[in-house]
Amino acid sequence: METHAHEATHTAEHTHEHHHHEHPSQSFIEKYVFSMDHKIISKQFLFTAMFMAFAAAIMSVLFRLQLAWPGQQSSVMHYFLGDRWAKNGILDPNMYLGLVTIHGTIMVFFLLTGGLSGTFANLLIPLQVGARDMASPMMNMLSYWFFFISSLIMFISLFIETGPASAGWTIYPPLSALPQAIPGSGAGMTLWLTSIALFVVSSLLGGLNYIVTVVNLRTIGMKMTRLPLTIWALLITAILGVLSFPVLFGAAILLIFDRSFGTSFYLSDIYIGGQALSQTGGSPILFEHLFWFLGHPEVYIVIMPAFGLMSEIISINARKPIFGYRAMIGSMLSIAFLAFIVWGHHMFVSGMNPFLGSVFVFTTLLIAIPSAVKAFNYITTLWKGSITFNTQLLFVVGAVSTFISGGLTGIILADSALDVAVHGTYFVVAHFHIVMGLSAVLAMFGGVYHWFPKMFGRMMNKKLGYWHFWLTFICAYGVFLPMHFLGLAGVPRRYYTNDAYAPWAKLQDINIIVTCFAIVGVLAQIIFFVNFFYSMSKGTKSGQNPWEANTLEWTTPIVPGHGNWPGDLPVVHRWAYDYSKPGKKTDFVPQTVPMEEGELDEGEHS
Amino acid sequence: MMKLLGYIAIGLIIVLLFQLMRIYQLSSEIKGKNIGVADEKDNRSQGRGMMLFAIGFFVFLIWLIVRFKNDMLPVAASDVGKISDNLFMFNWVIIFIVFFLTTFMLFYFAYKYHKSAKNPTAYFYPHNDKLELIWTVVPSIALAVIIIYGLSLWGKMTGKPSDNALNIQLYAKQFDFTVRYSGADNKLGVTNYKMIDDATNPLGMDSADKSTWDDIVVHGEMHIPVGREVNIQCNARDVMHGMYFPHFRDQINCVPGMSTYLHFVPTITTDSMKLITHDTAYQYILICNRVCGSGHYNMFLKVVVDTKEQFQKWLATKTPQFDAISKRHGGVTVSMK
Repeated sequence: METHAHEATHTAEHTHEHHHHEHPSQSFIEKYVFSMDHKIISKQFLFTAMFMAFAAAIMSVLFRLQLAWPGQQSSVMHYFLGDRWAKNGILDPNMYLGLVTIHGTIMVFFLLTGGLSGTFANLLIPLQVGARDMASPMMNMLSYWFFFISSLIMFISLFIETGPASAGWTIYPPLSALPQAIPGSGAGMTLWLTSIALFVVSSLLGGLNYIVTVVNLRTIGMKMTRLPLTIWALLITAILGVLSFPVLFGAAILLIFDRSFGTSFYLSDIYIGGQALSQTGGSPILFEHLFWFLGHPEVYIVIMPAFGLMSEIISINARKPIFGYRAMIGSMLSIAFLAFIVWGHHMFVSGMNPFLGSVFVFTTLLIAIPSAVKAFNYITTLWKGSITFNTQLLFVVGAVSTFISGGLTGIILADSALDVAVHGTYFVVAHFHIVMGLSAVLAMFGGVYHWFPKMFGRMMNKKLGYWHFWLTFICAYGVFLPMHFLGLAGVPRRYYTNDAYAPWAKLQDINIIVTCFAIVGVLAQIIFFVNFFYSMSKGTKSGQNPWEANTLEWTTPIVPGHGNWPGDLPVVHRWAYDYSKPGKKTDFVPQTVPMEEGELDEGEHS
Repeated sequence: MMKLLGYIAIGLIIVLLFQLMRIYQLSSEIKGKNIGVADEKDNRSQGRGMMLFAIGFFVFLIWLIVRFKNDMLPVAASDVGKISDNLFMFNWVIIFIVFFLTTFMLFYFAYKYHKSAKNPTAYFYPHNDKLELIWTVVPSIALAVIIIYGLSLWGKMTGKPSDNALNIQLYAKQFDFTVRYSGADNKLGVTNYKMIDDATNPLGMDSADKSTWDDIVVHGEMHIPVGREVNIQCNARDVMHGMYFPHFRDQINCVPGMSTYLHFVPTITTDSMKLITHDTAYQYILICNRVCGSGHYNMFLKVVVDTKEQFQKWLATKTPQFDAISKRHGGVTVSMK
């Protein structure tokens, strides 16, 4: 195996050299648009995701304005939505649902799946395993362009006459199947399904590539037990995606058939718009099973890369090895395994067999154990560290905090008997935004600050970074902590106003607090954008290894060209976490430094 | 014109910000400061920030609890709801202990171990098997208790209803709920969605089935008697709807094409709840909790828990939908349950 990999690498190297001689210069289009260089593709994913996420963030401000001051005229609303959807500046109830749906879809799929994995798997896998590029650069390029078209279609669906898909991001039929039920289930839903089908294609092309690259293209000496945890995390994420996304594809295809060709996979005994439909025998619960068979692994597809980034950044900035390297890998593997057998906890109220529900309670609560191990290991890594407060560390400590806070409320929702008391309320909204949304977004910001020098050869401004972090972090909790209380008062999510039931009127203050924090939180992202785009072209030049890290990406030239290393590929001699190792001159020992005699390889033993 | 000016203003602000950053960067570079990597001063100030945040975070949480605790749902008004409230409390105790401890440790360690002249190097501590074993086993035990406690309640909630439970149907459509009482035979008659007629037969009851004859259809409110188990059959006509009783701590979806069931014993009458909440207008409510269209947010049903006598009296004022048919056949001859 070892020799085989060795040979493969050499052949790849050889072909590559050959390639270079043939095409000494590339045109602009080859280099920046239809690029096959993983670093460029990574940036393409990042830019697309940033655009989509900003759009989704503005959507959230619009529906938050409605929830805080229901039915009040707002010029902001009118500016964004026009006469069609905000007549006199008052949000249309159908558009409210459309905004909620597209906000969720973009954040889950386009930012936290495509954006997060796409950016960091592409950037880090070849650089950290010591490869010239992905196993198949062509597939990698296609993966981005499918993602781009998919994003484009999703974005365009906002502007069509009947409005975007509005059945919630989970698009449960029959609501999503029947245009009679809601206008958004017309052309908007068709575009949604098309977009997601393309997204699945992108995700599979990318995922297969990531797996093959990690398995086959590791450089000499890069044993699995020496891989940085980022790579472990991205590898496990890709496996999850490859196994679960096809099921979403299947679910979408069946829904397309029900919508357009009169089949009844999900439809049965429906009377709508004054007439009885002919479909019988289908089951909407089938859709829920198929959807959540992807949908649950999906949340781990979101959080797992974040775990990887968090491990790496905490360790580097605490100047300590990550605590329990092997336990971290083990917990990620067990989370990934369990991720496939917990989907039913989204369906406690669906009407499925209650015994099945009990099984899902059991498996779901099991997942708390490896998650707890991860949280404890992060905290222990900080303990007795010598912590450098670079911006990325702040973001990652924030991510650990949100992972703990959001994870703990999950214990309530995992318990079917308690879930039925708060299912579908703001308690759930608060829970999943904190545990998966915030943790992943904060970790992703951390990743951007940390690897920005590798992407652009320049540093981001730390002072602006600090402002960005504190405003984002405080606002994030300001938005989602109070939401728990709405949920405990029984306020359902996806309600256009909360004023129909008298006792909820007393909670309107919460809605106002939440909206104010949301507005400030979104505005704070302008700091990030300014910092990002300024530093990209004008920032201080980065040094060779600005964070004094051990991993291979810092052994390339500051701005690596196509092929990453100008000469031979680096050879790895140790794990990635020899920080502050006793007896060493510096507090970091890059992976390329040979072991001294009698030195212990911690990756083998931790 | 105003719009154009607005865009120009935004453009100028961005240019200004870029220029300010440029000046800041150049002046730092002249002073030999690195604007990308944290220095000792940053470590100190950001470390303090971590500690301040932890304090602010806890204060905010406690303020929220104090400020809004009386606006949460009142005491549970059903048999399963009471157990649910206890289970909630049990979970909250565990959650809050873990939350305060781990959150405090996280931010305190970040603050305490910031890099400084006093703390220039980290302690090389890659693993400790004993520690890892402890924090795998202890959560496992806590979770085992939570699972067992939770599943025992789940079993009660979803088990068979008692034989004398009152059978009711809740029928959901965009955007209201209709209630059907099973009448003297305590049996809900057969329905067929193809027989639906909004004016005369909104639930599509099939008069060929005699047990529909005494079924009473009620719009606009739902009355149930205190102390007797209600067994609710849930159906939907067009899309999925959610049937959420926040006060009884129970919920299930209404799904087109199939029936789902929910049962509980209401334990507090509406009148008693008015006293408990010191609110003379207090009402129980049934909420649609599965997004179902543009009117979703207005899909409610008033729920009234009566004493047994009040309930009988109220029901007696209603006429079965097929009263005429049943009278034609000389009244319903079904056995009383």
